[in-house]
Amino acid sequence: MTDILTFDALSKSWFSVPAVEGLTLSVREGSVLGLIGQNGAGKSTLMNMIGGVVAPTSGQMLWRGSPYAPRGAADATRAGVAFIHQELNLFTNLTVAENLYIDGFPRRFGLIDHKAITARAQGILKRLDLDVSPGTIVGQLSPGERQLVEVAKALHNDASLIILDEPTTSLTPRETARLFEVMGKLRAEGRTLIYISHILGDVARLCDYIAVLRDGRLVDTGPVADFAVPRMIRSMIGRDLAGMYPPRSGKPSDAALLQVSRVSQPGVLEDVSLTVNRGEILGLFGLMGSGRSELARILFGLDPCASGSLQLDAATLRGGPRDRIAAGMAFVTENRREEGLMMDATIEANLSLVGIRSFGRGPLALVDSASLARRSEVSRHDLGIKAGNIAMQPVKALSGGNQQKVVIGKWLLKDPKLFILDEPTRGVDIGAKYEIYSLADQIAAAGNGILFISSELDELMGMADRIVVMSRGEVMGDIARPDFDSERILRMAFREVAA
Amino acid sequence: MTETETSPRRGLGARAADLFLSDYFVLYMSLAYVAVLAPFLPVLLTPGNVVNVMSNMWPLLIVAIGQTFVLAIGGIDLSQGSTIALTSVVGAMLIAVSANPANLDLAPIWGTILTENGGPLAGVPGNVAMGIAAMLVVAVLVGLINGAAIAIFQMPPFMVTLVTLITISAFTIWMTQSENVANLPEGFIALGKGDIVSVYFGAKDESKIARKVIYSAITYPMVIAVSVAIIAHVLLSRTVFGRYVMAIGINRKAAEISGVPVRRVIILVFVISAVCAALASILYSARLEAGRPSLGEGNFLLDVIGAAVIGGTSLFGGKAKIIWTFFGVLFFVLLSNTLNLMNLSSFQVDMVKGGVILAAALMDVLRTRLMRERTR
Repeated sequence: MTDILTFDALSKSWFSVPAVEGLTLSVREGSVLGLIGQNGAGKSTLMNMIGGVVAPTSGQMLWRGSPYAPRGAADATRAGVAFIHQELNLFTNLTVAENLYIDGFPRRFGLIDHKAITARAQGILKRLDLDVSPGTIVGQLSPGERQLVEVAKALHNDASLIILDEPTTSLTPRETARLFEVMGKLRAEGRTLIYISHILGDVARLCDYIAVLRDGRLVDTGPVADFAVPRMIRSMIGRDLAGMYPPRSGKPSDAALLQVSRVSQPGVLEDVSLTVNRGEILGLFGLMGSGRSELARILFGLDPCASGSLQLDAATLRGGPRDRIAAGMAFVTENRREEGLMMDATIEANLSLVGIRSFGRGPLALVDSASLARRSEVSRHDLGIKAGNIAMQPVKALSGGNQQKVVIGKWLLKDPKLFILDEPTRGVDIGAKYEIYSLADQIAAAGNGILFISSELDELMGMADRIVVMSRGEVMGDIARPDFDSERILRMAFREVAA
Repeated sequence: MTETETSPRRGLGARAADLFLSDYFVLYMSLAYVAVLAPFLPVLLTPGNVVNVMSNMWPLLIVAIGQTFVLAIGGIDLSQGSTIALTSVVGAMLIAVSANPANLDLAPIWGTILTENGGPLAGVPGNVAMGIAAMLVVAVLVGLINGAAIAIFQMPPFMVTLVTLITISAFTIWMTQSENVANLPEGFIALGKGDIVSVYFGAKDESKIARKVIYSAITYPMVIAVSVAIIAHVLLSRTVFGRYVMAIGINRKAAEISGVPVRRVIILVFVISAVCAALASILYSARLEAGRPSLGEGNFLLDVIGAAVIGGTSLFGGKAKIIWTFFGVLFFVLLSNTLNLMNLSSFQVDMVKGGVILAAALMDVLRTRLMRERTR
């Protein structure tokens, strides 16, 4: 078997932080490579290099033995690479046929030759056993059918290497089975596949050999026969965690602060119950699509829930975000830029947004800017925000870690009882991560509760008193600190074993 | 914070950039414009023309202030002009002291609300105040309708206010059958024309002074507009409400999650916009001595939004200051005035205005880029 794509000491750094480091690996033609790793392991960076979205810092790629340095998505397509992402890149307002031809319509007399594209598209759809007409608007198709249209697009471009990145996240089991069937066909046609997934059972079943990335390095590789799921998990984690997390300075009490009981919302959550005690950091672990962030939004009154009850300090929670804030809740969302900060506004304006009411004086609610400035200065000091002039500097000029401190800081002004932290360390460097963990520890030590949502199991094992595992909208287990076992937690999240 | 601030000696370029980014840039620009044109247009700085420029400025300033609030939340209010017309007609039909007998068979308001003896409030003590109150109530209703549609039903402001614009102006024209409602009481007319302080530049021993050589120094419109500007300035820059307005303009989602009463603020902003239109309507109607269904038509909206944007208010929200709008209105009115003095037709004037607004939009882009470089 020849190698279709070879990585030769490939590295990519972002601002001298390595994302992929010295990666040497060959992809054999006509085989299926399973690529696994935790979030931030370097999978996306590697894919972006193959796709020509980012250029390597050093090292090189070889395509069928000759140097391959794509300078854009078009170069990659021309070489014969196709991507199928978890978020589909289809135009939902166009037809199936139009989507296939979007990067080059055949024309007759200057107009799109619809007859030709329909006929050709028909042929490809037939090869995939996809029973939809080429004239169907993509928006009317199910997620599974759309996924197959992506595959059709790859076939249309006659791709010899097809990279599937978490393709089953939004598919039903039947649609998934169908996709796997199509993958088998593609392989039989001699095409090469790279399959990226968190669902390790699928990886074991579909792939010929496995490569595991961790912290940008290739840590383990071999034929699938030697790779049982436990070995995959061990290779994916396995890192010395000492010193990454501050020691916990308080002890959780037994007094319940937040009680979620039997909350359901069709298609999102099913019968979710959990409790956060005072002084406790409750870790909530789940993969993408497990319902972890959806639960957070429901807790904060941003989304509705069909049934179940939510109680904070034994009082039932009602209404929207304003009522939840009044009840003593704070929400650091997973989208810092879109939902957390006013990027163009100053640090002070951001810090004061939640608590601004208490600085209003008189019937007009004139802002007492002197005491606001003093209070913001205290926040800057307490949080260790590294900024020059908080009244002048826009928050977008800060680093990710400092931005996140501003988000946490704006809530601290209100002195909330319960913090929901959703992926609080995403896009934050190691040093600032430690500071954010310390903040979480202080908040809990003061007798408040934290619901700490993360897709990084390491940080939950480092910080949480208990971990609740969710998968597909359901709670799979509730594990106390002494029983923390990453393999077991991952198995629950992957539904490898029942709780 | 930036290197330029720490270094003691600063280059010419940096100082030019400071000037460009200053709140007073448009004021400097207006002064420079006058300085350049004055030698060629001697009439520009005569007392008569200065009074004229100012009297044109005050009502436009009030409307533009209302629009500034809407622009600050990232919205737009196209219905201000039609609100001016509607409130003008409503106020006038209530307080008119008599009606033109030729119109009395026109219906719907002629011969019913308006008779030979004027409107229902004619001759009633306090009628001017009641008429103004009615105008404000109508404006609040318009603002509530706009605001509720936008905030509660999440409809786009452009669409909602376009529909109100069309509906209200059609309603106003139908109501009056396109006829002006004249014969307003003196007390009302004084609001648009009355002087509080007048000046006379002629000889002191003149036995008789002609009316036209007495110039207005402080007028009711000036006092009203400046008061509105000061209140609006405080509201936008010093109050919790103002912070909320800016927060919504910069990032509505973040504002919502942070507990900003987003809906209430949006509704209030559209009410402010409509009430400002009604206040301007008082000045316009008083100056024209009639309720006019055609007020605020045509390119009026261009003047309002143009003035705000020239001042530096961003159409994307989150960037607005009343003082910017003040200078923007000043520049815009000066521009119209000078172009008129050059004997250009109204079409030529509008062409130049269009170009200037385009230049202002370009300036906004440049200013934002410069800001970004400075804060990097």
